[in-house]
Amino acid sequence: MEKGRAEVSYFRAQARWRPLELAFWAATLLPFVVTPSYLSLASQIAITALFALSLDLLLGYAGIVSLGHAAYFGFGAYSAGLLSKHYLGEPLTGLVVGAAAAGILGYVTSHVIVRFRHLALIMLTLGLGLLLAEAANSASALTGGADGLQGVKMSPLLGFKFDLYGRTAYAYSLAVLFCVFLVARRIIHSPFGLALRGIRENATRMPAIGAPVLAHLRKVYTIAAAMAGAAGALLTQTTSTVSLEVLSFGRSADVLVILILGGAGRLYGGIVGAIIYMVARDQFSGLNPQYWYFWIGLLLVAVVMFLPNGILGGLSALRKKPQ
Amino acid sequence: MFASLAGVLFDGFAFGMLLFLLSVGLSVTLGMMNFVNLAHCSFAMIGGYATVSLANRYGWPFLATLPAAFVAAGGVAIALERTLFRRLYRASDLDQCLLTIGMVFISIAAYAFFYGTVVQSTPMPSYLKGSVQLFGMSFAAYRLFLIAMGLVVAATLVFALETTRFGAQVRAAVDNQRMARGLGIDVDRAFMITFALGGGLAGLGGALAIEIVGLDHAFALNYLVYVLIVVAVGGLGSIGGSFAAAVVLGVSDMAGKYYFPWLGAFVIYLVMVALLMWRPVGLFGKR
Amino acid sequence: MLSARNLNKRFGSLVVAQDLSLELPPGVRYALIGPNGAGKTTLINLLTGMLAPDSGRIFLGGDEITGLKPEARVRQGLARTFQINTVFPQLTPLESVAIAVLERERHAHNWWRGLPAFAPAIDEAQAILERLRLAGVADRPTRELAYGQQRLLEIALALATRPRVLLLDEPAAGVPKDESAELFSVIAGLARELTILFIEHDMNVVFRFASRIIVMVGGRILLEGTPEEVRSDDRVREVYLGRAHARAA
Repeated sequence: MEKGRAEVSYFRAQARWRPLELAFWAATLLPFVVTPSYLSLASQIAITALFALSLDLLLGYAGIVSLGHAAYFGFGAYSAGLLSKHYLGEPLTGLVVGAAAAGILGYVTSHVIVRFRHLALIMLTLGLGLLLAEAANSASALTGGADGLQGVKMSPLLGFKFDLYGRTAYAYSLAVLFCVFLVARRIIHSPFGLALRGIRENATRMPAIGAPVLAHLRKVYTIAAAMAGAAGALLTQTTSTVSLEVLSFGRSADVLVILILGGAGRLYGGIVGAIIYMVARDQFSGLNPQYWYFWIGLLLVAVVMFLPNGILGGLSALRKKPQ
Repeated sequence: MFASLAGVLFDGFAFGMLLFLLSVGLSVTLGMMNFVNLAHCSFAMIGGYATVSLANRYGWPFLATLPAAFVAAGGVAIALERTLFRRLYRASDLDQCLLTIGMVFISIAAYAFFYGTVVQSTPMPSYLKGSVQLFGMSFAAYRLFLIAMGLVVAATLVFALETTRFGAQVRAAVDNQRMARGLGIDVDRAFMITFALGGGLAGLGGALAIEIVGLDHAFALNYLVYVLIVVAVGGLGSIGGSFAAAVVLGVSDMAGKYYFPWLGAFVIYLVMVALLMWRPVGLFGKR
Repeated sequence: MLSARNLNKRFGSLVVAQDLSLELPPGVRYALIGPNGAGKTTLINLLTGMLAPDSGRIFLGGDEITGLKPEARVRQGLARTFQINTVFPQLTPLESVAIAVLERERHAHNWWRGLPAFAPAIDEAQAILERLRLAGVADRPTRELAYGQQRLLEIALALATRPRVLLLDEPAAGVPKDESAELFSVIAGLARELTILFIEHDMNVVFRFASRIIVMVGGRILLEGTPEEVRSDDRVREVYLGRAHARAA
């Protein structure tokens, strides 16, 4: 019995909050006082981090490669936008609707997607993403097409108006990010999360130990889609507009880059990646977008060749080395 | 109505030949090494810009630039294969994907830097301009030329693959890489040559595409989807499959643009997703 | 316990299983032998649902399982191991075995409670690892384990599903001879009521650990009997000696 307890404590230690984590989340409050003029950037970062976190569940934990994750982000963004334009502008309802809409789309598409691997999976996710982007472009009566969805009006959030400085926007985005992060953290350290890692490690072995692989994958795909939808809804609500860009291949590629840069399969990988990526892009905002992508491309090549586990993976390897 | 149908079929077939040239290399190399090369259309851009530079700056005749486009793209393909791709054969498809997307981004930025973002064109010799009268209908001379090029390349490839020793090695490697290695075939070398050929053909396609679809810095990304569809539908490593898929895609794309212009590329993507769901290994794929 | 009736499977013109029928009573240790390409692994794949038979039926404890998916058969009590190591390289043995226990207890869908809340399952995983002498490496990444230890982990994973029938595909493949005897003594020490079928090429091991033997040749079952019956059967001699002669020639 004694030994068994010790083994449980192994899992307990894995799930324990580390001081660095607490410090990190405390630091996310700093922009309110230190850089109040950058709050709208800060909320963009929080939204991107949330999007990257949802991809991390798929790619980092379940091993599902996606080149079209923006489909769910954009679907959530348009759902929240259309709701506030035509029915009601209450943000929390819009958030739930955006997440739910994307979750439903995720659930439906998951039945197809999780059956594939390798090239077919890459192309299928790419195709679905392009399909949705093209559909939104064609249905311009509904989406506003290339002009974007105009007339998104947000009511105050729990009595706080969305101000010009982005205080409410950042507080809102950060709160949602933190809540979803808690959920993701719980998933990672749950039996379901462990089973997902088993699938990532060896999907063909899992049925032989009694695991319904496809059912697990459908579930995580649905959860991740809903999270991406929540991120999309946040973007709509904090910017009061939706453009076709939310569904673009560029957004799917960006979030992949962000996650790989930070380190996939690590809870903070997407968040760290989002901070670095977004701050760098803001610093180089004078740069023509084409040249920005030159550096991104170079970075991708470098990460694949020299830093296979991303920045966080590289850091933890450095920390282990001296021992 | 009949004339327009014939016109759509003709234009679509010509476009299909272009897609065939662009994608056949990827189909074979994917089949051999399972290397997911999303940067395949960057090779096409190399060929395209080689032609533009030689024709516009140095006054080469168009036809003379075509072999140069082939060689330039093939040469860069060899260089990249030796330095980067070779190290990632056994890596995950995610890593291959990321590396090659990175290269797409780099190539797009590089061309925007050197050539700007305007659509490039190149002067055509007089015998490729205008149209030819056949059976009481007029056909654009350049498209006839394109179709001829496509057919010649397809026939040459099939002939080479069926009859030469190297072709047999390639077929064995596509069929079963491990078995081929076991039989003493130098799969890595066969792959390198195939990769160079595929890159070169893409470069040729890129050069030939200038007159039909124009050439700009975003070519590597815009035509990636078309190429992937051809590969997916045609099946890995099948030249006949690529040919058929390219023709079907070219014709349906032309027909879509002609008859349902408001749908844009939607139909193409829908067909792609539906086909993938139905037969993930492609219509003519064996695996 | 496990029975198969008239299983057939062909790939194109290649017949890999022809009219296979067998009946494994509870608690019996079966060895499955035969030359390479006889269809031994194919039989295990058919029984566990990794391959669908063209015709024939499979029963486990009296219930038909022919149409069930592999994971559903595992839940009914039919477990297997693989000829080559197919473990989870980045997970620890404890984590790997815990997945199997949690799946069996139907907890693996649970995403809202932390793993420490499932102490009984984790204790059981640890107990299985102890039984297979893997407790010392329970929380090291599996890829760092010695080859023989990974073979044992294969068996631990199968045991964690609490099987009634255990199919072992060359459990000692690639393991040095002295370690292989040790591995089989671990297998022999498993619960008496567990039905075991193992594929093995070493005849000394087969005659020592099997109470009954099935001989397969060319996708068919040639013979099923006690070690003595198999040892004295002319057809078996022909298959093995004939092969030996052919090799010598």
